Amino acid sequence: MDALLFQITSGITTGFIYASLALALVMIFQSTNHINFAQGEMAMFSTYIAFTLVQAGVPFWIAFPTTLLGAFVMGFVIERFVLRPFADAPVLTIVIVFIGLLVIFNSIAGWIFGYEMQPFPSPFPHSWGTRLVSAHQLGIAVVTLSVLAAVYLFFRFTSLGLAMRAAAQNPVSSRLVGIRVGLLLAVGWGLAAAIGAVAGIMAAPIVFLEPNMMAGIMIYAFAAALLGGINNPAGAVPGGIIVGVLENLAGAYVVGTELKLTTALVMILLVLLIRPAGLFGRTLRTRV
Amino acid sequence: MTAILEIRDLSVSYGASRVIFDASLGVRPGSVTVLLGANGAGKTTLLRAICNMMVRTRGEIRLEGQPIENMATEEIARLGVAHVPDGRGTFIHMTVQENLQLGAYGRRDHAAVGDDFERIFAYFPRLRERRAQPAGTLSGGEQQMLAIGRALMSRPKLLLLDEPSFGLAPLVVKEIFDILRAINRADGVSILLVEQNANLALSLADYGYLLETGRIVMHDTASALSNDDSIRRVYLGY
Repeated sequence: MDALLFQITSGITTGFIYASLALALVMIFQSTNHINFAQGEMAMFSTYIAFTLVQAGVPFWIAFPTTLLGAFVMGFVIERFVLRPFADAPVLTIVIVFIGLLVIFNSIAGWIFGYEMQPFPSPFPHSWGTRLVSAHQLGIAVVTLSVLAAVYLFFRFTSLGLAMRAAAQNPVSSRLVGIRVGLLLAVGWGLAAAIGAVAGIMAAPIVFLEPNMMAGIMIYAFAAALLGGINNPAGAVPGGIIVGVLENLAGAYVVGTELKLTTALVMILLVLLIRPAGLFGRTLRTRV
Repeated sequence: MTAILEIRDLSVSYGASRVIFDASLGVRPGSVTVLLGANGAGKTTLLRAICNMMVRTRGEIRLEGQPIENMATEEIARLGVAHVPDGRGTFIHMTVQENLQLGAYGRRDHAAVGDDFERIFAYFPRLRERRAQPAGTLSGGEQQMLAIGRALMSRPKLLLLDEPSFGLAPLVVKEIFDILRAINRADGVSILLVEQNANLALSLADYGYLLETGRIVMHDTASALSNDDSIRRVYLGY
């Protein structure tokens, strides 16, 4: 019984990591209808920045927000200078650009930081740990939930957040009310990159730091985004938790650890076959 | 008096196909000017050209003397041009309240925005009742009211209206036009109105232009146009 409970709680905490990365995917999908395949690698690269800062003696709780700021700038710049020239390009071109970004980030990280695994110490005090959840798991829950709450409050209650939602839903009408859609798209990329960086930094103490650390997490995050509803940011959180728990239970009791990743692929397939809008996908009936 | 909007020798195209040919037109401050014409004459295109929206233009467009023909849509909006597009362009997933809030997005005087909510709810009481509802669940007439309300939230100098009567029941149309008249009188907003319903439009307007296959073929005061024989025969139907 304890073992089962343990699998569930640890599934929930990794679920928060998937939820963060899934939210980053959903945010970009909402405003562009594209899935940023490089989201995970951008997060990995940000994690290396945090790691480098911490190695240089910067306290973690200063390195963390500094990295998020750096990730924001990185996302903003990528949108403005890499993706903007392809604004009217066909979907396949954009996919190639994303894959290119993925490969570039992966190679640059390997080139600068090396391919060997680095231990990334958990920033949370050991005293937080209990019999059921480790200190790091509790820390993940606190940090990711705070970030998700902040994102929710930003989009729900600020004028900029409202404008960003408007720009994603209806760019033409947004321009007519004076919203600088292009600028806000870049801001959205910056925010997504920062949220992804949270996922990377929280995941690093679990999976170890190396250039391919986000490959598996990215697939879980994609499953979480689809399951929650690719067009509903609020769905990313339950989506991530469900994926995290199912993954853990399947790994422990059904398919074994080696085949855990296939459960994510099965979930992706099932969602697309049975309910493409996801559990919380929006289908608003409208009158004309 | 200098015109609030002055268009000179404007040509407009979608890609390679030209839709408007050398059109010149002016809107006087505080007036209602109507652009009449049949389906496909280019009325919507001309309105879009003013906001540099989805079209290519050549010629001069001046807002209070300032050239705007090369400005981005969002910057033109920030100068005080509020465009209520065809299809209304409401944010259907957002609430009525949020739609109105977005109308005030470009404004700096945040303190006065609250008063403007009240002003718009006074014009359109039904929007107040439905303020928490997603815009997509409103009826056609209510969505048109919301689109006009959103435009007014920006405190525009110039209101561009693209067929506000389209697809609405006659009673609703009458209600909306009564409110437009009140808005024009009370707030002094200049209006450029595109309409197929010439009778209705001329009853509201001070001045009118007639567009035929991309060219302005006639312009005069609204009362003169209402009495013009050819206009009466073709556009008023009596």
